[in-house]
Amino acid sequence: MLALDAAGLMTLAAATLVLGAPLLWMLLASLKRPDELYALPLQWLPDALDLGNYAQAARTIPLGTLFANSVGLTVVGSGLKVALGLCCAYALVFLDVPFRRTVFVVVIAALMIPPQITIIPNYTFVASLGWLNTYQGILVPGLASAFGTFLFRQHFLTLPRSVLEAADLDGAGHWRRLWRFVVPMSLPTIAAVTLVSVVNEWNDYLWPFLVVDDPRKMTLPVGLTLLQNVEGMTAWGVLLAATTVVTLPVLVVFLVLQRRLVAGLTAGAVTG
Amino acid sequence: MTAVLAPPAGAGPTRRPAPPPSPAPGSAARARRRRALAWFALLAGPNVALLVLFVYKPLVESFYLSTMQWNLGSPVARFVGLGNYVEWFTADSTARVLTTTAVFTLTTVGGALVLGLGLALLLDRRLPGRGLARTVAFAPYVLSGYAVGILWLFIFDPRYGLMSAVLRGFGVASPQWYTVEPWPLVMIIVVYLWKHLGYVALIYLAGLQGVPQDLRDAAALDGASPGRTLRSVVLPLLAPTTFFLLVTMMLASLQSFDVIRSMTQGGPLGSTTTLMYQIYTEGFVNGRAGYASAGATILFLLLLAVTAVQLRFLERKVHYA
Repeated sequence: MLALDAAGLMTLAAATLVLGAPLLWMLLASLKRPDELYALPLQWLPDALDLGNYAQAARTIPLGTLFANSVGLTVVGSGLKVALGLCCAYALVFLDVPFRRTVFVVVIAALMIPPQITIIPNYTFVASLGWLNTYQGILVPGLASAFGTFLFRQHFLTLPRSVLEAADLDGAGHWRRLWRFVVPMSLPTIAAVTLVSVVNEWNDYLWPFLVVDDPRKMTLPVGLTLLQNVEGMTAWGVLLAATTVVTLPVLVVFLVLQRRLVAGLTAGAVTG
Repeated sequence: MTAVLAPPAGAGPTRRPAPPPSPAPGSAARARRRRALAWFALLAGPNVALLVLFVYKPLVESFYLSTMQWNLGSPVARFVGLGNYVEWFTADSTARVLTTTAVFTLTTVGGALVLGLGLALLLDRRLPGRGLARTVAFAPYVLSGYAVGILWLFIFDPRYGLMSAVLRGFGVASPQWYTVEPWPLVMIIVVYLWKHLGYVALIYLAGLQGVPQDLRDAAALDGASPGRTLRSVVLPLLAPTTFFLLVTMMLASLQSFDVIRSMTQGGPLGSTTTLMYQIYTEGFVNGRAGYASAGATILFLLLLAVTAVQLRFLERKVHYA
C-alpha cells in the first residue's frame, strides 16, 4: 500500500511538473536576453531579470492602450452581461406573465447557437452600423446573457418564498425587491457568473479580431496577432513578453478566486 | 409615491384593500397583469432583444446567405439555391477538411477524457500536494487560447524549444513541428489537450466523489483488483459524467479557432484547416461570404446533432441538480 502511494505521489509530481512547466517556461523566457533565449544547450534561468522584451513589445504595439482597452471592455462587458442576466432571470422567475415559458426557451435555445456560426451576418450588420473599429462594435454583439440567465434562474427558483413575500407586504416594487432582496441572497452565483464572464471577455479573440484593425482599439489577444505580424512568428522574447501580459492577469484572478471561478466554469456539469 | 400593495399570500378573496369607487370587477387584476407585463418587458426585454438581434437574426441570415453567391462587402448577390452546398460537398478540399476535423475532434475528445480520468483518479487519492496539482492542471483552461498557442509554438521550436531539449535528452531529434505533416496537427492537438485536461479532470473528480466508497471497498474485499474495480464499479457509475464530457468537449473541439489561428493559420498546405477554420478563411480571407455561410450551416447542423443526442440522453439518464 505504501509502495503504491509512493508511485502515486511520483505520478502526481510528474503530472504537475509537465502541466506547469509551459507557463513557468513562458515567464522565464520573457525575462531572458536574446543570447540567453537562443543558447544551446538551453539556458534554464536568465542571468538577470531583463525587461528588455517587454519594452520592445511596448515599442512595437501600444501595449498600454491595449491593456486599458482589455480592462475597460472586460469590466463594462461583464458588468452589463451580469446585469442583463439578473434582470432577465428575475422576470422569468418572479413575474407571472402568460408567455414566460416561451421566453425562457428563447433564452435557453440561444446556448445552442455559438457565436462562431453567426460571424458573417453579424460582421455585415456591425459594419452597416458603422461600428467597425469601435468599442461598441466589439462589445454589444456579445452582451446578451443566455448562460448567466440560466444559472441565475436556477438559483432564484431555490430562494425562500417567505422572505420575498415579506418584501411584497412591505410594498417593495420589483426593482427594489430585485436589488435589495434577491441580489444579496444570490451573491455566490453572481460571483461565479461574473468571473466566468470576465475570463471570457478578456480572452475573446475571434470577434474583436474581425471587427478591429486599428491598433488603438485592439484588445490584448488581438494585439498578439499584430505583434506576430510585425516582429515575425518566432521573435520569441518579444512575443512571450506580450503573451505574459495577456495571461498573467487572468492567472492572478484564477489563483486568488479559484474556488468561485472553478464553480462557475464547471456549473454546466451540475445543471445539465 | 403611492406604493401599490400586492395582496398578502393566502389572504383569500377579501384581501384587497378597499378599492376606489366602483371599479368593474377584475379591473384591479387587469391593472396588475398590465403592470407585470410592463415590468417583464423592462427587465427581460433588453436581454431578449439582444439575443434576437445578434443571435437569432444572424442565424436566419446565415441560412439565407448560404443560398447566395455573395462576396463580403459586395453590393451584388446572386441566388444560387443549394449551389454552395453542392460545391462544398464536391470540392477537392472538403474530404481533407472533414478528415482534419474528425481527427482533431476525436483525438482531443478521446485524449482529454482518458487523460482527464487518469488525473482525476490520481487527485481522488489523498496524496499530499494534490491541491497544487489541481490548481496547476486547471490553470490553462482559463487562459487565452491565442496566447497559449504562442507559448507552445515556442516550446515546439525545433531548435531552441523546450520540447526539442527534452527529446534530445532521450536521444531523439526534434521533428519539424511547424512544417512537416502530420506534426503541425499533432502540435495543435497537444496544446488543446493541455488546455482542457484540468477541466475534464475536475468534472470527473466531482463525479468520482459521487461514487460511494463502500462500493469500492466491497469490490476490493471481494478480491477485485484496482483495475477490475475501476472497470466494473467506477466506470459504469461515471457513465453520465463521461457522456456529459463527451458532448461538451465535442462541441468545444468543433468550434475551436484561437489555438489554430495563433499556431498554424490552418496550414501548412491546409493540413490543420478544420471546418470552423475553413469558415473563417472562406468568409474573411477569400471573401466568399455565401460559400462560408454554407459551411457555417453545416457546422451548425453538426453541433445541433451532437446537442440533440445529449438532450435525449440527459432526459433519461441524468437527474437535474
